This record gives sequence, C-alpha cells and structure tokens, in this order.
Amino acid sequence: MSVIGWLQISLLFLAVLVVVKPLGLYMAGVLSGEPNVLSPILGPVERGLYGAAGIDPTREQGWLAYTLSMLAFSIAGFLLLFAILRLQAWMPLNPQGFGNVPPDLAFNTAVSFVTNTNWQNYGGETTLSHFSQMMGLTVQNFVSAATGISIALAVTRSFARSAAPTIGNFWVDLTRSTLYVLLPLAVLVAVAFVAMGLPQTFRASVEATTLEGVKQTIALGPVASQEAIKQLGTNGGGFFNVNAAHPFENPTALSNYLNIFAMLSVSAALLYTFGQLVGNRRQGWAFIAVTYAFLIVGVGIVYWAEAQGNPILSQLGLDPALGNMEGKEVRFGQAMTALYATVTTGLSDGGVNGMHGSFTGLGGLVPMFLIQLGEVLPGGIGSGLYGMIVFAILAVFVAGLMVGRTPELLGKKIEAREMKYAMLAVLILPLSILGFTAISAVMPSAVASVGTAGPHGLSEILYAYTSAGGNNGSAFGGLSGNTLWYNTTLGFAMLLGRFAYAVPVLAIAGSIAAKTRASTSKGTFPTDTPLFAGLLIGIILILGGLQFLPALALGPIVEHFAMLSGQTF
Amino acid sequence: MSNKPTTPNLVDPKILFPAAKAAFVKLDPRQLVRNPVIFVTEAMAALVTLFFVLDVATGGGSRLFSGQIAAWLWFTVLFATFAEAVAEGRGKAQADFLRHTKSELSARKLVAPEGRETKEIPATMLKVGDLVLVQAGELIPGDGEVVEGVASVNESAITGESAPVIREAGGDRSAVTGGTEVLSDWVKVRITTAPGSTFVDRMIALIEGAQRQKTPNEIALSILLSGLTLIFLIAVVTLWGLASYSATVLSVTVLSALLVTLIPTTIGGLLSAIGIAGMDRLVRFNVIATSGRAVEAAGDVDTLLLDKTGTITFGNRMASDFLPVPGVTVEELADAALLASLADETPEGRSIVALATGEFGRGASQTGIDAVVPFTAETRLSGVDHRGRRLRKGAVDSVLRFAGLSDSKIPQEFRQAVDKVARTGGTPLAVADGNRLLGVVHLKDVVKPGIKERFSELRAMGIRTVMVTGDNPITAAAIASEAGVDDFLAEATPEDKLAYIRKEQNGGRLIAMCGDGTNDAPALAQADVGVAMQTGTQAAREAANMVDLDSSPTKLIEIVEIGKQLLMTRGSLTTFSIANDVAKYFAIIPALFVTTYPALGVLNIMGLASPQSAILSAVIFNALIIVALIPLALKGVRYRPVGAAALLRGNLLVYGLGGLVLPFAGIKLIDLAVSNLNLV
Repeated sequence: MSVIGWLQISLLFLAVLVVVKPLGLYMAGVLSGEPNVLSPILGPVERGLYGAAGIDPTREQGWLAYTLSMLAFSIAGFLLLFAILRLQAWMPLNPQGFGNVPPDLAFNTAVSFVTNTNWQNYGGETTLSHFSQMMGLTVQNFVSAATGISIALAVTRSFARSAAPTIGNFWVDLTRSTLYVLLPLAVLVAVAFVAMGLPQTFRASVEATTLEGVKQTIALGPVASQEAIKQLGTNGGGFFNVNAAHPFENPTALSNYLNIFAMLSVSAALLYTFGQLVGNRRQGWAFIAVTYAFLIVGVGIVYWAEAQGNPILSQLGLDPALGNMEGKEVRFGQAMTALYATVTTGLSDGGVNGMHGSFTGLGGLVPMFLIQLGEVLPGGIGSGLYGMIVFAILAVFVAGLMVGRTPELLGKKIEAREMKYAMLAVLILPLSILGFTAISAVMPSAVASVGTAGPHGLSEILYAYTSAGGNNGSAFGGLSGNTLWYNTTLGFAMLLGRFAYAVPVLAIAGSIAAKTRASTSKGTFPTDTPLFAGLLIGIILILGGLQFLPALALGPIVEHFAMLSGQTF
Repeated sequence: MSNKPTTPNLVDPKILFPAAKAAFVKLDPRQLVRNPVIFVTEAMAALVTLFFVLDVATGGGSRLFSGQIAAWLWFTVLFATFAEAVAEGRGKAQADFLRHTKSELSARKLVAPEGRETKEIPATMLKVGDLVLVQAGELIPGDGEVVEGVASVNESAITGESAPVIREAGGDRSAVTGGTEVLSDWVKVRITTAPGSTFVDRMIALIEGAQRQKTPNEIALSILLSGLTLIFLIAVVTLWGLASYSATVLSVTVLSALLVTLIPTTIGGLLSAIGIAGMDRLVRFNVIATSGRAVEAAGDVDTLLLDKTGTITFGNRMASDFLPVPGVTVEELADAALLASLADETPEGRSIVALATGEFGRGASQTGIDAVVPFTAETRLSGVDHRGRRLRKGAVDSVLRFAGLSDSKIPQEFRQAVDKVARTGGTPLAVADGNRLLGVVHLKDVVKPGIKERFSELRAMGIRTVMVTGDNPITAAAIASEAGVDDFLAEATPEDKLAYIRKEQNGGRLIAMCGDGTNDAPALAQADVGVAMQTGTQAAREAANMVDLDSSPTKLIEIVEIGKQLLMTRGSLTTFSIANDVAKYFAIIPALFVTTYPALGVLNIMGLASPQSAILSAVIFNALIIVALIPLALKGVRYRPVGAAALLRGNLLVYGLGGLVLPFAGIKLIDLAVSNLNLV
C-alpha cells in the first residue's frame, strides 16, 4: 500500500461527497416534476411522450397498479431485447455480420439487461452487432436504471406522504428519470469519455500491422456512449468482453477515475434525494455514512490483501514488493483496481477493471460479500436506495423496540404487513444465491464448467450466482458460464433478485403510504444519528451477511488461510 | 392494600412444579406450531433423536455425541415451554384468588321492582335486567348498576383496597361488581352482565392467559423470527451441497445443531412469556387490560389527557392568601375569615381555618358565636354572627349585595385584589363585617406536590400532557403553567374531549386518557388507551380498554411505563438473540470443516477442544441461555425516562454488545466443562 494509492482513493470519495448534495437536490427537483433548466428543451418531449402513450401525468397509481405497470414494462422490454438478439442477423448495423444469438444466451442476456444486472455470458465484440448493442442493450441500460429510480421514488414518496392512497405514476417516474437524470448526465459523461480517447464510431474495426508485421483486427464501435450509461445507470455491461480493463473502454487513469465517479455519484446522491424528499436531510446523510463505512473498510481490505501479495509466489522468487498484480492492469495499479472492485460490487454496477477471480482469497471475498449484503452500499441505481430502506425497516424493528415504542421509521409505524414483505425481500438473496450454488455444486455437468480446483472453484460458482442474484453482473472469471444450465439458472437468479425483491418493496410502499405520518418526539427512535448508522451497519452485517458465512468459509475464507499456510489445490 | 395478592417469588415451588409439568404438556406439536422457531427446534430434536435411535440400533455413528445433541435440543424446547408455563403460573395464582371470591354466590331476586320481597336463586341463574336486593353483609351476585339505595361496599376482593367505597343510585358511582361485599345499608341492583362474562370472569380469563391473542407487535415480531428461521434453514440445507463439493459429509446431527443454534430460539422461546408477564405486571399494579393490544399501545402513547381535578390538583380549592383592603390589617381579615369559616365544613371552609391558624398563627376560639349562617345555593355565602358582628364570606357579588354597598363605595383596592386573584386562576372570596368590606381570600387549586416533576419526566419520555378542565381559560392557563403541562383544554365538554382526541390522532399521535363518568365513555372509546376508574360507571368501564382498580388517575403514567417496559424487553431480547449468532458461527463453522481444511482451524478463536465439543457446547449454551433469561423476561427490562436516544444507547450496549460478547465466554466455559468431563 502506498500513500499515493490512499490519496487517490480518498480523493475520489471526497469528490463524490461534494456532488452528492447538488446532484441529490437536482434529482429531488426534477423527479418531483418541478421545472428545471432542461424543461424548455425536454418539457415538450416529455409531454409529447405522455400524449403519444395516452398517459395522464396527473393521475397517480396505487401500489398494485404501479407494480403491474413496472412489470408490464419490464416484460415488454425483455421480449423486445430477446427478439432483437434472436433476429440479429437480419437487423441493420451489423458490419461484422454476426449471426443470431442462441436462445439460452439470448434469454440470459435479455434478462441480464432488463434486470439492470448486465451479467455477460457473451463476448460483446465477438457476438453482438452495433444494432444489438445500441438499440437493444443501451436502451435497457437507460430504462432498467430508470425503472430502479422509479421504484425507489415510489418508496420515497410513501414515507413523505401521510395517509395517501397512491404512490405516484410509474410511467411519469420512468420518463422523468430517463429524460432529466440519465440522458443529460450520459451526454456529459460520454463527451468527457470521447475527450479521454474512448472510440465513438459505427466502424466495426480497423486493420493494423503489428511490429512483427502481422495483420491485426482491432474491434471498434460506439464505445463512449455505452460506457457512459453503463456506469451512470450502474449497469456494468461493457462493450468489450473484458469490460473496463479494455484499453478502449478505459484507456487512462483519468478515465478510470471518471468510471468510478460516474457510477458512485448517482446512487449516493439518490440517498440524499431521499432525505430531501422525506424532509429529513440528515437521514440521507446517515445512509450515505453507512455506505461509506462499508466501502472504505472494503477497499482497505482489498487494497491491503492485494498489496500483501501471495506468499506462495514469493517463495517461488516473485518480488513480494509488487504485491499481487495478477489480473490487474498496470495503468490502474492496485489502489485503483481495489477501489473499482469495491465500488462496483458495493454498487451493483458490475463493470470490472480487473479480474476479481485473480485477487487473493481476501481480496476476492470482499467484492463477493459486498454483493451478498444486498447491494445496498450504496447499491444499484434506485435498487440500492430501496434495499437500504428494507434494512432500515429491519433495523428499527429489531432495535426500535428497545426504546419502548412499537417501531417506526420516519414517523411510519412498522407493523406485521411491512415485516412480512421486508422478510420476503431479504429471503430472496439467500434463496437464489445459496440455492442455485448448492445445486450447481453437486451437479456434475455444472461442476464441469468450473475452471479451478479446490475452494476457488466453489468461489467461482458462488460468485456467479451472487452476482446474478444481487443484480450485480460482474464476473469472477474462470467459470465457463455460457452453457444451457448457467444461462438458464443465472437468468432465473437475476429475475428473482430484481422482481421478487421489487414487488414486496412496492407492497411495503403501498402500505407505508397509507399510514398516517406520526409526529416525532423525544420518545421516538431517532434514525438519523451516528448511533443508528452504527446499528444499521450491524443489522446489514448480521441479517444481510451472516447467512453467507458458511458458504464463504468453504470458498474465499479457506482459500485465504490455505494461502497463508502454503497449501495449494 | 391489605389483602392484595403479593408478588409471587420467581422460585416459588408452588409455581415451578406445576410449570415443569405444563412444560411437557406444551410439547404437543399442534400447540407448538403457533411458535415457528420452537416448532422447528422440536422438529430438529425429533429428527436427531431418530438418527440417534438408528445409530443405537445399527451400532454406528458417534452415539454419545448425537445422544447428547438430541437431549439438549429437547431441553431447548422444554426450557421455552417452561418459560411460558412459569409466566402463566404466576397469573394462575392471582386468578385462583379471584375465583375464590365468586364461588357459590346466591342472589336475592326481587319479585317486583317496588317493595322488598325477594326469592333466593343461584347467581348463575341471573339474567341481564334482573333486579336483586343486596343487604349489609351480603355479596353482590353479579355486575350491575345500583337503581335504588346507597351502601358502602368493600371492593377489596378485586381491588385489594380495604377502605369501603360508596355506591349509590344515579350519577357516576352506580356501578357495582359481582363478588364485592355490601358493608352497610342496602341497594337494589339491576344486573347488567350475564353470568360467565362478568368483570371478574373476564379478569380471570385474561390473567390466566386463556384468551390471550397475539398482539400486533408480537405478530410482526413472529414474522421476523419466522423469516430468520427460514433464511437460516436455507443456509443450513444448502451447506450440505456446498460441503459435499468440498468433499465433506455433514451429518444430520451437526446440521440440525447448526440450524437450532442459529435460529433465534432465545427470543422465540421467551416471546410469549414476555407478553404474559407484561399483562401480569399490569395486574399487579391493579390495572386490568381487556387486551394485550392496549398494553402495547400504552408504550406508544404520545399524549396524555389528564383531568385537572384529582389528578393534577387536589380537587378542592384551598385558601392560600388573605388580601385586606386599606385600613384593615391582615390579622383582622384572617380573624374574620376564620370566624366566618369555623362552622363551615366544606373543604374550602376548612382550608381557610387551616390557613389562618397555621400560616397566620391566629387562635381559633368557638366562643361568642351567636348564630351560624350556612351556605346555600341562593345566598352563595356563609358565616356567623359573632358578638354582634355579622361576619360573612362568599362569592364576591353575593357579599357585596349582603354588605349593600353601592359601586362608588367599593374601594378600588378591593377590585384590584379580586382581579389579581382571578387573573392567576384563583377564586376570590370576599369577606365582610356587616356593611364593611374587609378583603379577599385567595382560594386556589393546589397542584399536587411532585406532579410537575412527573410531567417533566414524561416530557423527557417524549410524552405531552394535556390538562382537561371545566374551568375558564384564565384559571386553566394559570394552573397549567403551575403544573407544567404542555397544553390544556378549558371549559371542556365531553364533545370537546372527543374532538381533541380525534385531532391529535389525525396528527398521527396516540392518546391515553382516563375517565369515570358516563359522559367520558365516547372519549374513552376513541382514545387509544382508555383507562376507566373502577369506581366509575358501567358505561365508562365498557368503553375503556383498561380498568384501574385503585381508581387513581395518575395511574396512567405507570401504565405507559409498563407498556414501554414490555416492548423494551421484547426488543432487547431480540437484539440479544440475533447478536448471539456471531459467536455460534465461530464455534461451529471451524468445527464442521476443520477436518477437510485444517487451515480453517484459525477461525476457532475460542480455542474449543474438539469439533464435537464445540458443537455440543454451542447447543448447550443455546439451551441454557433461555433458562438464564427467564427472570429477565418475567421481570422486564428496566425503563428509565431519559429519552429514546439515551435508552437506545444503553440497551444497545447491554443487549447488543453483550449479546455479541457473552456467548464467546459462555461457549468457552461450557466447552471446558464438556471436554474435562469427557462428555464427547
């Protein structure tokens, strides 16, 4: 570890902290429908869209109608993307002449992008046409992120309102999130990326002659635009197979910085937006503090573990001063790779700039654990916020009783109904992650995909389902995931992780909105204090993480201790 | 409180032995299924027992280990059922006492509403609407309303208070309770409740827990606990698959042990005991709640509606000062007022005597009184003729009329004194000697000592107090500021009360109030916590969700504390239970896998002797902690009125951090015992 490394890390966290408030306030304004700087240009577009679709933006929906709209929109998005992938060969903008995507891979990919997971069992530059990337994937990069924001917004409203029968209009929320938040930010970031040297072209490739005189084909495409929304929408699906480790996706240390900054700032700012909209900014800061605590400790562990290197390799004569550089890009180094890995998994982004599977045991444990904690640190765009609220509900329920009142969060009583849906939601991750991993671990055909012997092999399977269930999308590496079994089950894990979580959350929103907002007093449980933040950290660790400990013990944990004792597999 | 049942001792054999027996009866899975956590534990215990029996039959496996695990899993279930049985047993002792009072009642049913002719029938044959005659020395056969007569009644059977109370027809003191004894005179009572559902019957059922329904918060907590059980079930079942990938075969015994130690058995086992004990504590405070829901709501109360009279003030206005007009000394005024009040037996009159003889040191001599003029509603003054002087005291206008003074003759200073008293919320009494005005006596509502401190305590708890009074706004404001209440409702009619409660509830606040009159009934029913006085009317008692047997309006404050204590106990033990899991992981995970991956031995930070002793120790700790916490569950976590933030900090430290650390030490100690005794 170096001072420079830590300086780089701290600078990024500080930079995000600086934009959290202005960006959070901006989103609070535009998402509430207040006029803003973009209204003169985008206002007519917004109204035109409502007119074309026959939406009355003033008519709000109850939670059930909101949920059904959300599901209908997602199903339609899935069908459209599935069709584009299956019919790719006959679509325009296919300079490389790629064939149709096989059904199981198309299912996996369509689910992956609709659920904002962006797990990639395909190699972008070798499988997908420009049309598929731009009209298929990029569209979902926008709208799946906007769907996440919409759900989070509905939940936010439910706390801000008192005795309300409705939680908003899904179509309005979706449109505003896309038009006023994602689109302008994506344009800004894309232009910045172009300036940093990312390609933005419809050309398929360029031919180059290498020093040895060999002809080489270098894949190109509209990279900058996709990269921008990939990070802003915490999608993480790269244009190229190796994602942000590719020199065209992430050419410089500066572009790497912008990558991390873009993905972290929107999700963190949404927590501030929440505080603003419910009328308690300190609540937003308390949530941000929780995510920062996890991220800082996480990046610290990864950075430390990677800087320590592997004693087994040191014994073979490798210079231990370099630490573990396997699977990392030299232009990023350990600090920025550790930061990227931590943020991308804390966030449910899933883009990677290094191979998590090549990290040391501990270094690989942290990203996996961060996803398993429920993708709330600060989590996927929107989904992180509502995941955090589910944990806050659990935290006030468990500990809130200790102040001698029935639990309430922001003046809303937490009762049996909320508990039922919150527990349903938190059941989904262990069910899909541990369930599918355990089945795969005893199924010979699934075990055959594993690339490494010993506990690392189990980590590969566990990470795959963790990433899918948590809607993260990052890959550990090593596992050959493009098989019928993995394409299908990972697809189901992603669907469960997104919708089996979001539906109970919207049900909570409906029930919370209908409650009268109680006034707070000295006797009410304070949820915007450092003490509560500490409690929330404990609840996330114990209720979100503890159930994964046995599985982790058999994977990365034993790998770490085996490495220390010189054992290989 | 002569014959109030005493608090049963925690280790009273009269409770423990029947409880131990009941603990086995409660093992019936049909009954246990109401408690999912313990039901799962029982299922695991049965499963491990089955495998143990198979092991014994085939001679395979490590029988000593699985036998002990099975035994301790059964103990875990038994300890949980025992906790509930003990809590119920404590209530039973009280219920038996009550049942004793209503055994073999007989009634003297009136043949005709008029007249005294009766025929004797068993009390169980009474119907609603029957008229019965009860005379001195007899027990009232059922709940009812006095329609004729007045009697003193000993209600100690239900209240524990031996001082007799007056029951009379009409007004707010007409309700009588079956099983109480008429001490003097006679009353005619109209029976208002059918036998079997009388107040005492309901009390018995509630105390015994026969009608106990899960309260809303208990249901929500059960959902959390069931959800956690399900999550850990997933974690443990899938672990079998993950372990087999790692070439480790996990036996059903160790997986069951892991599951039971991880699921929240501590709170699951104690949950119903906590609820029963909460009701029981209320009963011990001589308050009967008609449902557990009301006890929970009491913990949530934001606003207390308190009647001024009797709760905040002593209820009688008392003389506090003498304000003479110019030319009259204070002594002269005090003497005149004293003489005018000597024959006055009203509380106001007595307070004037007390003030004059006490603080002003005047001597009270009865000699020389020629005639006594008693107070009447028409004259609104009273006094004496004393050695030719006509001393009168009374309402200001009445005394002025008596003195026959024209407006111009009234000293300016007199008017000022009257105004001053009225402005500060007091009542001015004028004193005159014939046609000579002497001055003003300041009568004021005296706020009970210590009540202001109680209110500031409540404020620290986050509870607002609102004083309800029939006084005019000026008087009300003065008393409100003296007593330190947050708000007041002056010239309050029952409709005003109801409207105020509705307004507060619409603002998301929970209201508690107490009342005794029939006109309080709507407000009592509307309030989230309505406490009726036992001395109150039947209508008030029906509308309220709690009845205070001591009829003490300040009881509301204690009720709120008991509600808070109940919720706190639940929360603290839940936190403790969940925090315990960390240590259990550190005991069991290395034990499960250390043979496959010796490197995982590092995680055995407690240095437990062997994998088997580690697992057994965790299971034993898990069972024993339930027993160890039974006293806390029954007594409840102490509530301190320090505000939520401080409470949270304290309890989180004790039950959160304590819950993390304690099991490390506990499991280590048990492991030492297990390994030294060579139990595995």
